[in-house]
Amino acid sequence: MDLKNIGSLSFFYPEIVLSVTILLVIVLDLLTRNRRILSLVALIGCVAALIATFDLYSAQPGWMFHRMMVLDNFSLFFKIFALAATILCIWMSLGSNEIKQVHQGEYYTLLLTCTLGMSFMASSSNLLMAYLSLELVSLTSYVLTGFLPHNRRSSEAALKYLIYGGVASGTMIYGMSWIFGMTGSLDYGAIQTSLAQIAVNKTALFMALVFILAGFGYKIVFVPFHMWSPDVYQGAPTPFTAFLSVASNAAGLAILIRFFFPVMSRMVPGGDWTVVSGVEWPQVLLFLSMITMTIGNLCALNQRNLKRMLAYSGIAHAGYMMMGLAVLSNDGLSAILFYIVVYLIMNIGAFLVIGLIANVTGDEDIEDYRGLAWRGAVIPASCLAIFLLSLTGLPPFAGFIGKFFLFAAVLKVGGVFVILALVAVMNSVVSLYYYAKIIKTMFLDMPDPEAKAVTMASNDFTLLIPLTVLTLVFGIYFAPLLKFSQQSLSFFIK
Amino acid sequence: MENVLTYMTFVPLAGAALVLVLPNNAKLIRWVAAAATVPPLYLSIWLFNHFDRTKAGFQFVEKYQWIPTYNISYYMGADGLSISMILLTALLSFLCIFASFGIDKAVKGYFALFLMLDAGMMGVFCALDFFLFFVFWEVMLLPMYFLIGIWGGPRREYAAIKFFLYTLFGSGFMLIAILALYFSSEPHTFDMTVLMAQASKFGTEVLPMWPFKQLGWGFQHAIWMALFIGFAIKIPAFPFHTWLPDAHVEAPTAISVILAGVLLKMGTYGILRINFPMLPVATADLAFWFLGALGAFNIIYGALCAMAQKDLKKLVAYSSVSHMGYVMLGMASMTTQGINGAVLQMFNHGTITGMLFLLVGVVYDRAHHREIEGFGGLAAVMPVYTGITALAFFASMGLPGLSGFISEILVLLGTWQKYPVLTILGASGVILTAGYLLWTIQRVYLGPTNEKYLKIPDINGREIFTLVPLGVIVIIVGIYPAVVLDMLRATLDQINQIVLPHLHS
Repeated sequence: MDLKNIGSLSFFYPEIVLSVTILLVIVLDLLTRNRRILSLVALIGCVAALIATFDLYSAQPGWMFHRMMVLDNFSLFFKIFALAATILCIWMSLGSNEIKQVHQGEYYTLLLTCTLGMSFMASSSNLLMAYLSLELVSLTSYVLTGFLPHNRRSSEAALKYLIYGGVASGTMIYGMSWIFGMTGSLDYGAIQTSLAQIAVNKTALFMALVFILAGFGYKIVFVPFHMWSPDVYQGAPTPFTAFLSVASNAAGLAILIRFFFPVMSRMVPGGDWTVVSGVEWPQVLLFLSMITMTIGNLCALNQRNLKRMLAYSGIAHAGYMMMGLAVLSNDGLSAILFYIVVYLIMNIGAFLVIGLIANVTGDEDIEDYRGLAWRGAVIPASCLAIFLLSLTGLPPFAGFIGKFFLFAAVLKVGGVFVILALVAVMNSVVSLYYYAKIIKTMFLDMPDPEAKAVTMASNDFTLLIPLTVLTLVFGIYFAPLLKFSQQSLSFFIK
Repeated sequence: MENVLTYMTFVPLAGAALVLVLPNNAKLIRWVAAAATVPPLYLSIWLFNHFDRTKAGFQFVEKYQWIPTYNISYYMGADGLSISMILLTALLSFLCIFASFGIDKAVKGYFALFLMLDAGMMGVFCALDFFLFFVFWEVMLLPMYFLIGIWGGPRREYAAIKFFLYTLFGSGFMLIAILALYFSSEPHTFDMTVLMAQASKFGTEVLPMWPFKQLGWGFQHAIWMALFIGFAIKIPAFPFHTWLPDAHVEAPTAISVILAGVLLKMGTYGILRINFPMLPVATADLAFWFLGALGAFNIIYGALCAMAQKDLKKLVAYSSVSHMGYVMLGMASMTTQGINGAVLQMFNHGTITGMLFLLVGVVYDRAHHREIEGFGGLAAVMPVYTGITALAFFASMGLPGLSGFISEILVLLGTWQKYPVLTILGASGVILTAGYLLWTIQRVYLGPTNEKYLKIPDINGREIFTLVPLGVIVIIVGIYPAVVLDMLRATLDQINQIVLPHLHS
């Protein structure tokens, strides 16, 4: 299936729904003073787009828009993911005091535009399209990071994010130009064919891949492109941090997997992949993975701000997920897809609790969580504990299953990869220390006598309880999610 | 009875859920929690009666598909080895609920977590699927962390996180080993019975890298060691034992009992259940110079450490290190007496050390300290208490007629046939044990009564109720050990027969 512009539109309706919602929010922002309506419109638009995307799932795969994009289960998986993250983010924004201070019309417009960019990232099959969609996501993220008025930290974070992002995407587009120079094409399919036919300079191709990795790596947040993340996580409004922590990571993974797997490697029978033209990029990812998880975990150990700590833990988790890339197998890829869904649930859950607590205490310092469970907030504290333990990878929570599949994929290959698995396991032990520190502060420490009670309205739990239940359910009965992630692993470009 | 093992595992969990939704009435919660431990106790006695002692294989088997794609199933079953441990778990959980009636801080949380812990422990001893086993193994950590961390002593936070980190460190290695075994089996499976049957497939060719090449270790040895680290931390074997004194001292009495009585057994249970039948070649290679020597070292090291302690509870904790050494030594001997003695020692240590910790708890509740030097002459004011303590101490020492004697003598008899030197070292531990226990009795119970404690009341009815069943078992097993040994024999002979052909000398 190779669709032209008009023909593509009939497979493009989730994005059309999203675009219409964006326009509607802008118009409504001019017409009404009721901020609630804006968020509801944004929420309904996202839900409609999500339903539309599910409707497309397992449709016949093919090219769209003159081979600029592809339609396949893999792209639809990440579109569903981005929309789900957006819905959760909007829901969190509804109850957030931070968001009440900002211009909500712009906030929701930019948020949905960011989501739109992520949908494009997931399905782009042309280097130019990949670059443009990545920039769309980045630009909206810069603005949203600095969205808190009169907040120095927020502005500083936005500026840092912008500078790092600018450098990373500049490097990436430079690498893309090398690829274009070597293969004469920007189209993924054409690049793949020409790499298989002509002999390219291996060093040049390797360098080009490293440059491109810089751009993708800054979205996935792996070392050494991670410097922006702690500041941005700390400075950005909490609902957006939650969104960014999972959605940016996922979109980066989508674009990376699409470029490196069907294009820079070839599938061999039996669910494995092999690199084309002898460039050993998986080894780079192997080392980056080990370094990323180690640095992320070690830096997280001594953080005093919970959001900042979760930023470093996010870096560590990016490292875990990269294990699945380095092994070059379908098992690894489906483990990543599984992990990212689980990561969405537990990480957004953690940020949700942080947002709820910050609504009361106005801060995210770990010190403010002292004796939280004894200050009338047993349920939020228990939920946060569950999310954190799930992030550590302890059964019976979903995070364990996610890590289990990643480890399984790594150990299936064996050989040197056993060392990777060992490093990852030791990292999990290290991560327990700082996650447990939060749990200790909440449960084991007694509150200061003058600390005020933390009370929650019952509607704060509408999202919290389902996320907690999902974390538990996917830890015990994960067969449907496993099936979904395996089904989503079908690329149109083979 | 259908699905008896499932009921035993999940009734406490249901009890935990029930406790969470009950109104905040301490008395009600306590009794509901106690009621939740009765069905497992009843069922374990039922198992004891209906268990076919002539068969070596697994009985009361339940198997359901769980995750077919990865060949993971919900597979439960019990043989002689696990039933002895299930009995111990059910009994100690039941008694410890009563020992916890004094808890008055966040009662609901305490009993809910305690019941979750109970479920996790039962699950570990019943699981026959490696994945399920690992899940239960880890599920125990969380309640334990909170039980030590919230209801423990002054340094509870340190002790709780130390326990948590140590165990997770070990289980990381275990997870890698489990996955490695999974990918080496054909078809890939987590089913323990299949893995045991495929034991010959796990290669022993020397691995071409450091340090395996120098040691002459193959895949099987590497996996053995990875699993062993996971189990050794629980036993706890030197040098992984340092979490134990901290955790025991800080934990509330009932939790110390569970820690010593049940959790430590999981380490040796795991070695017997997994390392021995699944990796027989490596077991045979490592039995003498590693497992046996480590056991003997543990006996002496633990005893010497215990002798140096000033804290009564720490003394009991180190005596556990010493007594678990006998279990390792007995296992390593690969003789019928040795291995039966080892498992009997696991059972006996559970009951005896359970008593010891309960007894320490009794005196701590009254005096609010545990300094050995701070007492003296308690026998005059607490005669009943002192009598029961003497029974427990003598059992721990291995006095003939009490259960500890039977298991220790069996271990030493079994080991003598294979490793006389280790046996001599192990037997010298008996003397050291007698030394520190008698010295403790002298300092705490005999001599002039400390004036501060002239008026403290003797042991009360509830405390006697928790101690008497254990005391009765100690005496019965001491006089007629066949009650337990009959149950173990067939299973352990089978495990032994798998390893023996690979033993060189």
